[in-house]
Amino acid sequence: MNPSEIDAIVERYEGKESAILAILQDIQAKEKYLPKEALEHLGQRLQIPLNKIYRIATFYRAFSLTPRGRHEIHVCLGTACHVRGAQRIVDQVTMELRVRPGETTKDRNFTLGTVNCLGVCAAGPIIAIDGEYFGNMSPIKVEGVLKKFQPGQSDKKEASNGKN
Amino acid sequence: MERISSPQALDQYRSEIIQKRDPDQPCITVCTGTGCHASGCHQVVEAFKKVLSDHPEGRRVNLRMTGCHGFCEKGPLVVLHPNKILYQKVKPENCQEIFEETILKGKIIESLLYAHPATGQKITHEDDVPFYKRQMRIIFGNNGSIDPTSIDDYIAVGGYRALPKALLTMSPEAIIQEVKEANLRGRGGGGFPAGVKWESCRKAHGETKYVICNADEGDPGAYMDRSLLEGNPHSVLEGMIIGAYGIGAHEGYVYVRNEYPLAVINIGIAIQQARERGLLGKDILGSGFDFDVRISRGGGAFVCGESSALVASVAGDVGEPRAKHIHLVESGLRDRPTNLNNVETWANVPVIILNGAKWYARIGTEGSKGTKIFSLVGKVNNTGLVEVPMGITLREIVYDIGGGIPGRKRFKAVQTGGPSGGCIPESLIDLPVDFDRLTEAGSMMGSGGMIVMDESTCMVDVAKYFMNFLKDESCGKCTSCREGTKRMHEILTDISEGRGTIDQINLLEELGWATAEASLCQLGGTAPNPVLSTLRYFRNEYEEHILNKRCSAKVCRSLLKYRVLSEVCKMCGACAKACPSEAISGKRKTKKVEGIPFTIDSEKCIRCGMCFESCKFDAIEVQ
Amino acid sequence: MIPFVIDGQPVEGKEGSNVLQVALDAGIEIPNLCYNESVKPYGACRLCLVEVVSRGRSRMTASCTYPVQPDIEVHTKTEKVLRARRMMIELILAMCPGDKRIQEMAKEMGVQEVRFKKEDKDCILCGLCARVCDEVVGAHAIQFASRGDKRDMTPPFGGEATSCIACGACVVVCPVDVIRMEDKVDERTILRWKRTIKMKKCKVCGNFFAPWFQVEKFREKANLSKDFFDVCYTCRS
Repeated sequence: MNPSEIDAIVERYEGKESAILAILQDIQAKEKYLPKEALEHLGQRLQIPLNKIYRIATFYRAFSLTPRGRHEIHVCLGTACHVRGAQRIVDQVTMELRVRPGETTKDRNFTLGTVNCLGVCAAGPIIAIDGEYFGNMSPIKVEGVLKKFQPGQSDKKEASNGKN
Repeated sequence: MERISSPQALDQYRSEIIQKRDPDQPCITVCTGTGCHASGCHQVVEAFKKVLSDHPEGRRVNLRMTGCHGFCEKGPLVVLHPNKILYQKVKPENCQEIFEETILKGKIIESLLYAHPATGQKITHEDDVPFYKRQMRIIFGNNGSIDPTSIDDYIAVGGYRALPKALLTMSPEAIIQEVKEANLRGRGGGGFPAGVKWESCRKAHGETKYVICNADEGDPGAYMDRSLLEGNPHSVLEGMIIGAYGIGAHEGYVYVRNEYPLAVINIGIAIQQARERGLLGKDILGSGFDFDVRISRGGGAFVCGESSALVASVAGDVGEPRAKHIHLVESGLRDRPTNLNNVETWANVPVIILNGAKWYARIGTEGSKGTKIFSLVGKVNNTGLVEVPMGITLREIVYDIGGGIPGRKRFKAVQTGGPSGGCIPESLIDLPVDFDRLTEAGSMMGSGGMIVMDESTCMVDVAKYFMNFLKDESCGKCTSCREGTKRMHEILTDISEGRGTIDQINLLEELGWATAEASLCQLGGTAPNPVLSTLRYFRNEYEEHILNKRCSAKVCRSLLKYRVLSEVCKMCGACAKACPSEAISGKRKTKKVEGIPFTIDSEKCIRCGMCFESCKFDAIEVQ
Repeated sequence: MIPFVIDGQPVEGKEGSNVLQVALDAGIEIPNLCYNESVKPYGACRLCLVEVVSRGRSRMTASCTYPVQPDIEVHTKTEKVLRARRMMIELILAMCPGDKRIQEMAKEMGVQEVRFKKEDKDCILCGLCARVCDEVVGAHAIQFASRGDKRDMTPPFGGEATSCIACGACVVVCPVDVIRMEDKVDERTILRWKRTIKMKKCKVCGNFFAPWFQVEKFREKANLSKDFFDVCYTCRS
């Protein structure tokens, strides 16, 4: 991300230091993570020392300092989903993709994360991938769901998603 | 868009809207709350759009996308007005038939009706469905009638009627008095009397004051605030404007958690529309009162639901709470008097102002007035959002509204108050739901999450789950909270994995006590509750895990043993195929080969349960 | 001056000061780790717990962040307070079993054993290093990162603390002495932050007084003579 793009985002929030969270979210939305250079430039632009920016970037779960995968998997670990067996879903995905929550697969296709409640408790356990929800999950269904987002498959998906 | 500059103009505007709307015109409302979104409501909407545009009669039918209706278990939900016929679990392929049969011919499609789980009786009208009938939806009810992105819809159903009454006919002190008399207690979990808080803020020194709406709903399993903000954002705004007037604040913030993008969008639209109409901004309705609101997004941190952490976050910093010897109402955001209230609390304000404190105080119990919206989830048939008067019993909520436990399993407990709360066992199921009664029982009202648990829920596992949540969400500042939650989780892990010792129970209690006493904020202050309440009512489960190394609920995997019942085994080999650790051996039975019943090597078994899931003959036993 | 009572003893404190400071000034001992007069009180370690009775209500609170108020009764050694403090030191000891100061404090407070799995950390996460660096020195070289049980004190992005000026303030202020400094010829290394800087040495007193790069930058900017900074500020005056 080049400095002028960052400056443009800062302008949108009138250069206010207190808007740092929103600014970081906008950068994260665009880049899929917070590049070190972006944070350094941001610090200079907003006159906030880098140690504070780094602290903020690592405190909040919304931010990632390493590039996220093409597809973000969120397994809901809300209490209702937990009671319906969500932990096994996480374990199953971990087994299939060989990454733990917070990590990204080697081919950068998937980032696995857990969420503390998606608010879709009626259909729990839930997996959300790129905002698409898969409800009433069980460990056995995991493979099938993940397959839809494997490279090759997902290109077809993106083409058809354009219609929605 | 024209600015509405007086109460008379607002009344005029409202009449114009209502006049343009034919109450008998058929209207299809489709719930597009996030829950139904997951069930595919948008495909249903698209299907209706197509059906209506294809058919010449379709032009006189209104299609309205609303926020969450609350009956999430049965979504996608479609309600046909004016008769309020409720169709549940609607699919896109049903839309044609709904239009042709029900709208054009008035015929009911039986298969889409709600059926009473006990009698099988089909119920046609929304108001007759027990789930809705037993509720008192004075705050949530409008969700089903309005498009949240339309300020006109809100005005048409009577919205923004409390605002002119407050701004033009009541003094700020009178407003505060009304809210005090109504005894509106905070709906975010604290239960602090809102009117008292407002009064302190009003009296505090300083010209500049702030009001904040806490929409950081972090309790896992609670999504009431989300549905209110998504489905009826104006009700929250109206409450904030009135409150700000009472307090003397001219600026407000809505702090929405990062995980609620639709809520951010909808409240944004609402603010925009309110500004355009002059209901936010300068000289609202000619009252001389100025007030405007901004949105502040969270970054993904449960602790930001704590008021001082929230304020720190709004100001652009990490959500680390501070000692509140000097309250936020004296010195909060930017060191100025700040009044913070929860989404549902704000939404109660217009209702109180419009109908009066006396009316409001007739609902509920002595100490807890009004209604509360709960998210009734977990092992219950009718999962969804329910609004009930305070004082209703847990039994009524779980059985009459919730429809009881699925699969004929036995009720075990209801967990309320999220990670700050506790479990209420069956022996207390007739407990009236009320701030003080729940606290006495060792739990708390919290924000409204109500998780139903049955015999297949392990209470040690529940405590461990909450400790895991809390140790991740702790800001980490206090030794007591950071280390306390970590160590409690460690001990619970030991117990759930068969390494527990009986003196660890005492250690848990001591650690819990110290964590609560020594911590700076209420995250640490209430962190031990899930542990202490499960110990209080389910100590036997802890002892069983420790002394017998057994988990009766069959949840704690290290204590389970998976076994093939050789008499039942059909030798299909599905289990062996599904097993990720090659722990199952045997021989598949085919036309040519005899087959050998499969067996599980417990050394290699990782207890993932895949074999159990894949066996179609119930030949796998879990002990 | 605001009058109040600690352990039955009348004391008084300036408006805006905290109970811990007043107690220490009056010779009343209250254990503490994350408190230092040079920076704002933080309230992280939770060792300075006391019971405060105010307007009829009693609560347990950290004395370093409790503002002095008229007519409060502070109790520094009740059974409840001592029990809570013991758990705090036990938890810190479980985290950092090797820290000598923590071992001593634990012994003094009557903690004989650690009932938790011992970890291998040395930093007690009191934050004093960062607070001094931010509030007093203004170098902003280090800060807390992450949260919960992952909370850690680190320079941004780990690695070398590139804003550190090797002043050594963090070394001095760390209550458990885990930030070490090494001087070799004309270089100073703050080991924990992996920062090595060439330092300017005073020709008179022989002390390092500033990082060479800073001094040079300033000298160039202000167009000063080459030997302007050969003598430190103290010796020059």
